[in-house]
Amino acid sequence: MSARHKILLLDDDPELLEVYREILERLPSRPEVFTATSGSRGLAMLEGEPFRLLICDLKLPKMDGLQVLSIVRRKYPQLRTVVLTSVMDEQFRSRAYALGVDLFWQKPDCEQELQMFLECLESLLGREMEGGFRGVQSKSLVDIIQLECISQSSSVLRITNGQASGRIWILEGEIIDAEAGELNGEQAFHKILSWRSGNFESLAADTTRPRSIFKSYNGLLLESAQAFDESQNAAQAAAPSASGPASPLAQLSQVEGVEFVLALKDGDDAHPVARGLENPQHMSAWMRENLERFRELGDRLHAGPLEHIEGLGPQRHVALARQGQTEFCVGWTHSLTTAQICERMKEVLALWVS
Amino acid sequence: MGLLNIFTKPTPSLLRLPTGSFSVDREGCVLIGTLPSSFPAPLIDDIAQQVLALFREAAAAQLPLSEVVINYPSLKITARELRGGAIVFLCPKAPYATACLN
Repeated sequence: MSARHKILLLDDDPELLEVYREILERLPSRPEVFTATSGSRGLAMLEGEPFRLLICDLKLPKMDGLQVLSIVRRKYPQLRTVVLTSVMDEQFRSRAYALGVDLFWQKPDCEQELQMFLECLESLLGREMEGGFRGVQSKSLVDIIQLECISQSSSVLRITNGQASGRIWILEGEIIDAEAGELNGEQAFHKILSWRSGNFESLAADTTRPRSIFKSYNGLLLESAQAFDESQNAAQAAAPSASGPASPLAQLSQVEGVEFVLALKDGDDAHPVARGLENPQHMSAWMRENLERFRELGDRLHAGPLEHIEGLGPQRHVALARQGQTEFCVGWTHSLTTAQICERMKEVLALWVS
Repeated sequence: MGLLNIFTKPTPSLLRLPTGSFSVDREGCVLIGTLPSSFPAPLIDDIAQQVLALFREAAAAQLPLSEVVINYPSLKITARELRGGAIVFLCPKAPYATACLN
């Protein structure tokens, strides 16, 4: 017999805790439900034993729910988290999701809502226990799109490649629209298909999405494959025949507007890798210090993990960001705007991931 | 009836990320601001200190900056350098927002 999941329920109202404990214990997976009335007590309980799910209110005495979630995100990244609150404010919803919660739910006030909430919880609890096949690591985006289209599915594929992301709308096996950054329609589709690796998730179908793509999925995939082949041939022709493959930083520095690139891997402070920069040591120390400083500030403000920093200067602009285990400082020509830097920085990070 | 308030439980409150701006001098003292008074002063000081340090250290690293934009998923901080001090704009990001003024 498999072990019962443990749920920790955090709310400052003891009566509500009792009600929810009874309700949750009746879930089909029969979880064990523990309760706490304060953030500090809840955190102490999380240290004591492994929990599967934390359900947390936002309004808590002394340490509020966002503070608790901020700590939980860092200390227990595997723990699934749900916010159950009466606070219906888009800012708090946004901040909670920025802190990595799995679900943000208004306290149910009718039987139907409660039932939906319980179904969501059961799904969260059972997500890794269910049968079926998971993991499409070796599948290309072309395979995934073909699979959706051949099976006549309706869905929205959300694809991320580093910090860049895009969506492809599929309705009854037909690709009807795509979006990637500022691009839409076929251009966006081809842009997404040019990404060599990344993650995808299948979202619920959006039947109201206006159609902007009218070609068949086979035609679109063929065009993308041709464009990729042509770009590969052009790159091979342009590359000097005697040299080996270009270094990753050399590729990053090809992005339009890049003046220099500096990369620093975790635990390798003494050896920053740079291109277009004469003395990377000083700059790498500055980069690491500021990324760390503003990451900590984000924690204190509960604004979510730091995305990137852009700096505008009279001589050149600069952007700092972290991608996986590597921190980047990219210098940009001063004619670029912040929006352009933001967009091109995503391109640089996507190239690095690829 | 005010007597009954003694027995009511204090309601925990949540800290909203504010929209507004403040200016700070080169010493880190906040001079003037439009942030709501509910936003804790220590957090304003914290933001001011980090931003000033960033400007200062950038100049020391031979990379003088006149403006920085710090992006979080739910907040954008924009700071402009002002003769050693700075003016700082805070702009919370709404979910699904496509643009944030400042």
